Amino acid sequence: MPEGVPLLKMENIGKEYFGNRVLADVSFSLMPGEILGLVGENGAGKSTLMNILFGMSVIEETGGYEGRIIIDGEEKSFKDPFDALEAGIGMVHQEFSLIPGFTATENILLNRESMKYNPLVEVFGDRFKTLDRTDMNRRAVKAIDTLGVSLAPDTLISEMPVGHKQFTEIAREIDRKKTKLLVLDEPTAVLAESEAQVLIEALKKLACQGISIIFISHRLQEIIDLCDKLVVLRDGRVIQEAKTGETNVRQIASWMVGRQISGAADAAQEKERKFGEVILRTQNLWVDMPGETVRDVSIEVRQGEIFGLGGLAGQGKVGISNGIMGLYVSGGKVFVRGKEIKLNDPSSSLMEGMAFVSEDRRGVGLLLEEGIDWNITFTAMQVQEKFISHLLGGLIKWRDDKAVTKCTEDYIKALEIRCTGPKQRAVELSGGNQQKVCLAKAFAVAPEILFVSEPTRGIDVGAKKLVLDTLRRVNEETGTTIIMTSSELEELRSICDRVAIINEGRVSGILPAKSPAEEFGLLMLGHVVERSPDEILAERCR
Amino acid sequence: MADKNKGSMSLKNILANNAVPIIFIGLSAIAIPISGFSANYLIQEMLTRLARNSFLVLSLLIPILAGMGLNFGMVLGAMAGQIGLIFVTDWAVTGVYGMMLAGLIGTPIAIVLGYICGAVLNRAKGREMVTSYILGFFINGVYQLIVLYTMGRLIPISNPQLVLSRGYGIRNAINLTGVRHVLDNLIPLKIFNNIDVPVATFILIGFFCILIIWFRKTKLGQDMRALGQDMKVAEEAGIPVERTRIIAILISTILACYGQIIFLQNIGTMNTYNSHEQAGMFAIAAILIGGASVSRATITNVFVGVVLFHLMFVVSPMAGKELIGQAQLGEYFRVFVSYGIIALALVLHAWRRMRAKAEARRSLRGEE
Amino acid sequence: MIRMKEKLQAFIENAGWPRIIIGLFLLSLFIAAPMVGVRLDASLSDTLVRVGMNGVLVLAMVPMIQSGCGLNFGLPLGIIAGLLGAVTSIQIGIQGSIGFLIAMVIAVPLAVVFGWMYGQLLNRVKGDEMMIATYVGFSSVALMCMAWLLLPYTSPTMIWGYGGSGLRTTISVEGFWFSALSKHLNIRIGEFFYLPIGMYIFFALMIFLVWGFFRTKTGTAVTAVGSNPEFARASGINVDKMRTISVILSTVLGAIGILVYEQSFGFVQLYMGPFYMAFPAVAAILLGGASVNKASMVNVVVGTFLFQGILTMTPSVINSVMQTDMSEVIRIIVSNGMILYALTRKVMVKR
Repeated sequence: MPEGVPLLKMENIGKEYFGNRVLADVSFSLMPGEILGLVGENGAGKSTLMNILFGMSVIEETGGYEGRIIIDGEEKSFKDPFDALEAGIGMVHQEFSLIPGFTATENILLNRESMKYNPLVEVFGDRFKTLDRTDMNRRAVKAIDTLGVSLAPDTLISEMPVGHKQFTEIAREIDRKKTKLLVLDEPTAVLAESEAQVLIEALKKLACQGISIIFISHRLQEIIDLCDKLVVLRDGRVIQEAKTGETNVRQIASWMVGRQISGAADAAQEKERKFGEVILRTQNLWVDMPGETVRDVSIEVRQGEIFGLGGLAGQGKVGISNGIMGLYVSGGKVFVRGKEIKLNDPSSSLMEGMAFVSEDRRGVGLLLEEGIDWNITFTAMQVQEKFISHLLGGLIKWRDDKAVTKCTEDYIKALEIRCTGPKQRAVELSGGNQQKVCLAKAFAVAPEILFVSEPTRGIDVGAKKLVLDTLRRVNEETGTTIIMTSSELEELRSICDRVAIINEGRVSGILPAKSPAEEFGLLMLGHVVERSPDEILAERCR
Repeated sequence: MADKNKGSMSLKNILANNAVPIIFIGLSAIAIPISGFSANYLIQEMLTRLARNSFLVLSLLIPILAGMGLNFGMVLGAMAGQIGLIFVTDWAVTGVYGMMLAGLIGTPIAIVLGYICGAVLNRAKGREMVTSYILGFFINGVYQLIVLYTMGRLIPISNPQLVLSRGYGIRNAINLTGVRHVLDNLIPLKIFNNIDVPVATFILIGFFCILIIWFRKTKLGQDMRALGQDMKVAEEAGIPVERTRIIAILISTILACYGQIIFLQNIGTMNTYNSHEQAGMFAIAAILIGGASVSRATITNVFVGVVLFHLMFVVSPMAGKELIGQAQLGEYFRVFVSYGIIALALVLHAWRRMRAKAEARRSLRGEE
Repeated sequence: MIRMKEKLQAFIENAGWPRIIIGLFLLSLFIAAPMVGVRLDASLSDTLVRVGMNGVLVLAMVPMIQSGCGLNFGLPLGIIAGLLGAVTSIQIGIQGSIGFLIAMVIAVPLAVVFGWMYGQLLNRVKGDEMMIATYVGFSSVALMCMAWLLLPYTSPTMIWGYGGSGLRTTISVEGFWFSALSKHLNIRIGEFFYLPIGMYIFFALMIFLVWGFFRTKTGTAVTAVGSNPEFARASGINVDKMRTISVILSTVLGAIGILVYEQSFGFVQLYMGPFYMAFPAVAAILLGGASVNKASMVNVVVGTFLFQGILTMTPSVINSVMQTDMSEVIRIIVSNGMILYALTRKVMVKR
């Protein structure tokens, strides 16, 4: 392990978003040539931490951060990502930042091209310098060689496999001569196993040349293979810092998810709950939802049950409800009360008595420019012809504005939606109140099966409790079956009867909500539940 | 597997990508014999029209490179050129110097208009075309206001032949005797059968083609290519997106200004209130017929397009007359083609983009 | 005082500078009119007659704006259907209101067919509707130019005197259904003030029908599609179908609108006549306070009045003041400035 001045030192970093604490007292340091693994659940604060390090404008816009960043013994505060680049920090984001019609060379040297002088420069300025293709090629090849991968510099990005795109991104950071620290945000998520292996080897090589690396990944085995040490974040705090040689996958997993179960959750679990027949069954369901692909899901949910769908972001849990409701192209079979339903047709799903509260509140969930009244009653009006009066013997289906207003007022009262009245536009409401409107929209169709997706995302604590209590009450009072998707495991465990964990588009296990958090943690990370801890350990030691 | 697919696709792709020029070659092949024009006449016409129009069409290339679509705002540059021509005609500066002076006067006006256009389009990202189109109309109103009401009053115009009989405002048609054919006839050349070749104009056009090819190799050209493909990525890489977009429009506007001057020196008369309006439409139709799309255009597209478009332009009235006995029909046919081709190109572009999106999704699904 | 100022600022923000400037401009024209010897009653009457003439064409913008298809630059398509109805009715030769009715009966089904095809096209080019609509309008006008030459109409009032075939550029409806609507119930006060109440009743009826449509289940769905297509889809709505319905409706209104215009104007203008007709209608509805994706009946009425007011007042007043006819230039600047403003005001949030 190298000794001396750390390359990067983060001291007591903290951050609040609108009074919501997402990071507190995070400290760690990184030596030159050292590889640090950063792990934690979604929402643990990893991205925020990296955004702070990289000087992203969101941080500044939301009131800056606390604590100090020290690079090479000097305190730094970056105003924008270009400052960070200047200081030698390179970042490879989860989403590719590549120009599809450019070659690898052109992308590696994007906006840092080698140029040649010509007299016109005197008149029009530096941007009239011509590109020096030979030198650009030389530099690109050099960067690729440093990485130690096989990548043709003349290939167009659009014709590359994903792995090569990832290499191009990293090569771009390497070409910056200043780069001392490389941050990689889930670089292996899009790669096949063999490609990931090549990448890990390449990163090891880089580290040998003195470049430090922060490696963010959910694949814990990779962290153990690659990193020197790791930092586990949970709820915005450093839970554990450890040398990778002294720990194992199972231990890391428990650090990541190991929270105390709250009292409320215990209470919910105490009552004996009774369920009816199987009301919803999926058979080999696949859903083509970008970023949340579902590959093969077969589940059974019984009438009156609250069923949870959990898992890490991007693994497909969100895709399931979207697919069943017909919002994304899907296949396989879905049965409601034993009868197969037509897929890819939202209206037939709605007709079967299912309703959906989307995770994409502003995109799918609301008519932002219309009043609360339209938002709540629209679906019921269109699908079930509620709030419609028939004129001229049913020839004209006239909107019954009085009934619409009455229904809206009822829901405003029942769900404590804070607003100026039924006509207030949805865009003017706070996140929590918007979510209540979305719930009211679903309740208005009186569904037998209710899908709720990320119901508490981005809303304050008070509204969170109200939303969850409402769901529980509706389930108890009307026997509505609820299928809830959430990134917050604790939330699922506090309200659900059973929770299915989705990993890589498949069910990796279904557990009663009472099971210990550690079990869920392992499932999330793709370890099939049947394997005993000993087996996992054995695999590690091989 | 992929390679095999590529092989069988390529011929289909070539045909599909060049469907528009191929159709027009076919149409011309049918219409030329019907019209009964002599080869000599057609060659002369095509040479003249190539010299006359190519420069205007060239001005469309840079904004396409920068991903801003067809620059319907090029009429702004054409107006700047016309204002230059009005002044040189008034001051009776003739010959090549007259042309150069017109260009000199037009340039600052084109720069101002180009800057305005670029700034407006930065406020309307994603719908540049319709915005630049309406902007063309709007500035046309301002142009009329200036030329029709202030020239001869606030702006002194001494030549009474230019001014309307009421004492101010420029006449509808101006005789550009001073600069007529000066560039075309600068280097006289006659080839077989008495065909005039406007050598100097072609040299100028050739020079600008080289300049455009060279421009693509500059840093600025590379930046435009980058932001034309993905504005967000370019911005993240530190390329000044908005500024570069303004420069693209600026260059296009200035080139259109010169293009209009070259165009009018060949025609010899200027329709003060109409010439510029047609410039935009004909140039855009020509480049599209040449096989360009909203997002991709080459110099070859320009020349092929000018030839094919004007071939149809010349031939169709006669063909219509011979075929149905009505020249008017051919006249309307070419109007229909000019607009229809633009509509078709826009539809194809939008449709292709939607299909590409679906395709990308599908490939994502079949990945594992 | 401060509150007043805030209110004023909010008002200006809402209405937008161009609208306020144009509104004040029109107001000053009306104030200046008597001073320069232009009769106010005559001008007002002129303006109001034009409102009736053009109102339905402006109304034709509403369905497409509401469904999210943007400004209907493809209005010429509907106008062509109307023109076909007009010339066919003249060919049949029945006079008076019945003739007008026949023109409508022919025009509307044609407009439905055109609108359906147009809607299918627009559904395939979502996001680029406006530019494509413009050129679809232009090319269909050019295509019809050829058709007007070739269609086998024979009525001697309509075809060229020489040659004996091909329709004329301008056809008088005098002796057929001139003033079919305007002549009913009209009011005349004094020498110069005249109101064609019959035409207004018809305009009001059209407004009522469109207003009513947007109060039905389908109309609600169309509005929701325009507001957020994803929301509508998640509520089981067939988005493409709703868009097609709105396009058909717009096209039908365009067809009816041009017939109303012609019966008052007295002439049918063929060939390049409909070419630029979409622009004044687009400008008018924007002037009335509509945006690229929201429009109401109030926008239609207010906008048509403001726009036609400027068109009638500028020639008379400005001419008297400056001894020049600047109306054409002002029309160009006002209408295109208004459209430009609407296009650049809010950069697309979606997509």
